[in-house]
Amino acid sequence: MEPESSNRVAQHVRSLPRSGIRDFFAIVAQMPDAISLGVGEPDFVTPWHIREATIFALEKGRTSYTDNRGLSDLRREISNYVETNFNVDYNPEDEVLVTVGVSEAVDLALRALLNPGDKVLYHQPCYVSYHPGAILAHGQPIAVPTQSDEGFALNPAALAEAWEPGCKVLMLNFPTNPTGGTASPEVLRQIAKFACEKDLIVLSDEIYSELTFDGTHTSIATFPGMKERTIFLHGFSKAYSMTGYRIGYACGPVDLIEAMMKVHQYSMMCASILSQDAATEALRNGKDSVAQMKEQYHRRRDYVVRRFNEVGLKCHLPGGAFYAFPDIRSTGLDDQEFAQRLLSEQKVALVPGSAFGADGAGFVRASYATAYEKLVDATFRIEAFVNSL
Amino acid sequence: MIATRIDIIALSANVVPFLMFMSQVLQLLLDGERLSTEQMAEVLGLSTDDIDQELDRLSTDKVLLGWRPVLNPEHADQGLVRAVIEVKISPEREGGFDRQALRISRFEEVDSCHLMSGGYDLLVVVKGSTLHQVASFVSERLATIGGVLSTATHFMLRSYKEQGYLLVDGDPEDVRPAVSP
Repeated sequence: MEPESSNRVAQHVRSLPRSGIRDFFAIVAQMPDAISLGVGEPDFVTPWHIREATIFALEKGRTSYTDNRGLSDLRREISNYVETNFNVDYNPEDEVLVTVGVSEAVDLALRALLNPGDKVLYHQPCYVSYHPGAILAHGQPIAVPTQSDEGFALNPAALAEAWEPGCKVLMLNFPTNPTGGTASPEVLRQIAKFACEKDLIVLSDEIYSELTFDGTHTSIATFPGMKERTIFLHGFSKAYSMTGYRIGYACGPVDLIEAMMKVHQYSMMCASILSQDAATEALRNGKDSVAQMKEQYHRRRDYVVRRFNEVGLKCHLPGGAFYAFPDIRSTGLDDQEFAQRLLSEQKVALVPGSAFGADGAGFVRASYATAYEKLVDATFRIEAFVNSL
Repeated sequence: MIATRIDIIALSANVVPFLMFMSQVLQLLLDGERLSTEQMAEVLGLSTDDIDQELDRLSTDKVLLGWRPVLNPEHADQGLVRAVIEVKISPEREGGFDRQALRISRFEEVDSCHLMSGGYDLLVVVKGSTLHQVASFVSERLATIGGVLSTATHFMLRSYKEQGYLLVDGDPEDVRPAVSP
């Protein structure tokens, strides 16, 4: 009996497809000498002052559970940080929840908000968890396609077209993994207006916001009428290079945070106290580290995007994150074939765009969280591959 | 001799305010990767001539002072003895500390020399192949210069970090999965 067809597994879990990332990882894992531009996390190790604070916490014997909501010091720091940098004011007592990465926060929000059959709008290509996250919460995901020539920002008209009765939640992620797309304040204003009209709750995953290269990042929560219908999701993985710490947070209206807290306390209980101490240190003293890392990503972005375009793979200029998302359709190959042949012929790993939803087909994701020497080598190999077709 | 890193630049002491406005070429060098002129040109979308021209300018403006390798002082082949000397001197009218500081700096044994605030005036780093050589330099050459009031010598026993490079653990291993979401 095929494991997938086993009745022992819940129907909605059985219906989930395997992750395309997982499939591709299995192939790349067999080629240890390949240059990988498939890594979705920073190449910088966590800044030392943060690691040192973690060691100190351990030395002090801070190994207990914490308040379900997270340490009060950390919640206060989060509240200050979000107010200073995003211009939204949240009460650390009852409008902030510390979670195990943003991934848990997304899961909590969907589980806390959705009744079976409620519809969830999200823009695609997108982070791999949104679609399955909605299904696991018994929701019905509805993808809104975004376009390369619009920088993969969410087009308000496309959003309106995709909307249908029963839509309860809109998920946003700007800057976007995998496209690096950002949304201008004008686009966000229109989306906000639409969300108010249709009474949508917005889950805004702003994990890459510090890595915004052109202009300044704006949160949708700042628009009129939005704070009360937005759950602002953020974390430490990308800006502070703390992926392995698994630490994030959600800010939002009291009733929604309380509902998420309920799910959190019965499932996760609390985030690791060591990670919470590290996150507190990051917010208190990490500003310079973030600026330095951002500067390097910015320069690498300019290089990688220029090279993709020179090679003949049309690539929009991503406004943030650390991914380029070039269009490979001019090669006549589909994204799966392109990625697999590039890997076997030139030993460079990129992630097929369709791993991020059907609208990513025809594109590949290249992470430039990689040292220059490897980036330069990889782009020459990609050029050789494209020229050989 | 073993170089831990080569092509690392020595920057002039007054470079810090300049870093705010530094050239893309200088920024690349400071990132610490060992890139050839061709690789720098490739990354920045410039010609190799452009890169050479910018490097020449940085040298002419004395922002970039040299291209010495950063060596691991702990490596056995090196056999270097280093000492930090606290020097008190009496300043001169119209010249302050400059003349004596430059006089001290010109000795080949002197690796670096800085005017300090606090309990002494000059901090001088001296290198030699033996303990005896460094001690002789301090007692016979440095301490006898006119205007030098006193010296206090501290020999370095072990180095843990050299010009930004950790000597103990080295670079952290990249343990990231090759493909991740």
